[in-house]
Amino acid sequence: MNGTAVLHSIIDGVLTGSVYALMATGLTLIFGVMNIINVAQGIFVILGAYLSYALSVHLGIDLFVGLAITIPTLFVVGIVVERVFLSRIKGPERVVMSILVTYAISLVIEGVLNMVFSANYVELHAWYANRSVRVFGFYLGYIYLLGFGLAVVLLGALYVMLYRTRFGSSVRASLADQTAAALIGINVRRVSTICFGLGVAVTAAGGMIYGATNAFNASSSYDLISRLLVIIVLGGMGSIGGALVAGIMMITIEDLVSVVWGPVWSNLAFFLILVVVLSLRPQGLFGKPSVRVA
Amino acid sequence: MLRVRNVWWIGALAALVLFPLIETNPTYTSIGIFTLIFMGCATSWNMFSGYSGYINLGSAVSYGVGAYTLTLLADHLHVPGNGDLFWLIPVGGFAAMIVAVPVGLVALRVRRHTFVVITIAIFFVFQLSATNFSFTGGTSGLQLPLIPWLETNYNKPFYYAALAITVFAALLSFAVRRSRFGLQLLAIRDDEDRAAGLGVKVFAVKLTGFTMSAFAVGMGGALYAVFLGQIYPQFVFDPIFDISIALMSIFGGLGTLTGPLLGALVLESMQQYLTIRFSNGSLYLIIFGALFLIVVLFMPQGIVVYLSDWRSRRSARRAEGARVVVGEAS
Repeated sequence: MNGTAVLHSIIDGVLTGSVYALMATGLTLIFGVMNIINVAQGIFVILGAYLSYALSVHLGIDLFVGLAITIPTLFVVGIVVERVFLSRIKGPERVVMSILVTYAISLVIEGVLNMVFSANYVELHAWYANRSVRVFGFYLGYIYLLGFGLAVVLLGALYVMLYRTRFGSSVRASLADQTAAALIGINVRRVSTICFGLGVAVTAAGGMIYGATNAFNASSSYDLISRLLVIIVLGGMGSIGGALVAGIMMITIEDLVSVVWGPVWSNLAFFLILVVVLSLRPQGLFGKPSVRVA
Repeated sequence: MLRVRNVWWIGALAALVLFPLIETNPTYTSIGIFTLIFMGCATSWNMFSGYSGYINLGSAVSYGVGAYTLTLLADHLHVPGNGDLFWLIPVGGFAAMIVAVPVGLVALRVRRHTFVVITIAIFFVFQLSATNFSFTGGTSGLQLPLIPWLETNYNKPFYYAALAITVFAALLSFAVRRSRFGLQLLAIRDDEDRAAGLGVKVFAVKLTGFTMSAFAVGMGGALYAVFLGQIYPQFVFDPIFDISIALMSIFGGLGTLTGPLLGALVLESMQQYLTIRFSNGSLYLIIFGALFLIVVLFMPQGIVVYLSDWRSRRSARRAEGARVVVGEAS
């Protein structure tokens, strides 16, 4: 181990972490606006990856061009799931019920994906998937750089939407206080549906990058969702900035541990950090302390 | 006085006791053993998570600790492969309780929905540790000594051990439900701040409940290890176990006594049967997921509450009908 390797792993971590940050932002947005923990986020990522896979293998569509199809597709999937299933959940145990409903949805999708694509691991291929470019003496994979760029663009778009549009103010109002938002005339139902759609839509991009950098099958969703949940809890549930920081931080630390101590310890470090941070700061890094959560 | 409800309980218990005497096919008695293990674990899980509303999605930690404790002890104490192994099962349960204390100290500091996630994270810490440390045998797992029993009766001792765990868990859960301690757990579920305001030592109550519920789950894991004779990290620290236990309890009725028993009975035996019947695991996932969606969306309080509501509605309708008839006659 040397300084260069450490620096390299930090750069890799930031590049990969940005993609996780993007997927986690979707998850935390959904939680913040709707009080729903979407356990199906992991399988949606894999669904996005498989859609990109199908488009590139069967129709020869480039991965990034394919996003023009997969992102809207997953947006629609999200809207349908919200309208058909999630909007029916009511009552005091809403959070718990949402975990169960989305888990059941993810089981069904997992079964369908296994049937259509089999359980064999696949990987997305493109001419840039295995090439790298030399920057200041470091070899960085094109796909990592492109993924980072894509994450930045999409997060930027999300930022503009949230902070520069009228719809964005409605979303932020619903994030802060649903009842108050409804009282001043915001259609919280509509905001919720669209937010769920958006939260799911970003997984199409995340899934494409994930699939191009990892071999995956439908069961990879378990690994993904556990990481994404850790990220949003660490950042503070409902905090978008927290999801960004925690996503990049966690993946960077994971990469560092894997270089310094070995890959088997990187996963363990990932979860241990969460346990330690939450023992010191139960509301997460950027979360609001829960004064009264009924 | 023998009430109708008690007759049901006795009948159900008698059916469970008689099952392996009537059905001797090892395929089906094995299904019975797994089902009973899950019934016990779900009941014990529900005793904390159902009553307090703190959904623990890391119950496989207790299960795995129980399984590993038994296997490691059997190895170090050179326990021969016979009935002696069964005496180690409660030890597995105690080990799970001891582990649950520090886990609870960390996880119970946060409120409900964060608790769910942190239990998942702690679960992964344990799973990855079992995979990475050398004393656990890593991914190749650990073996127990073989038990040289005849194949025809092999399953019976395991079946009755599983039944004992289930009965124990149900009695404990029943006792807790009737106790002051159980009321405190329910008060925490309904309104934690108000409970604290009324003098309930919420943290101590939560930690006690959390630790108690680990016991039977740990015994379930230990029994699983003896039954299979070998353990692997991914099978005893299994994320599907975490979620299945919660699903079964909620399917049956969260926070009720019969709910987890019934939920585990239906879901686990169905799962085992479907896995044997259709070797195609994907189809099973779809059926299971779809069924579960239907239950959660249309019977959100579980089948037990749904059925009792339906029965009281029906008897209300009958009473209504009777009154109409009487009215016409007079």
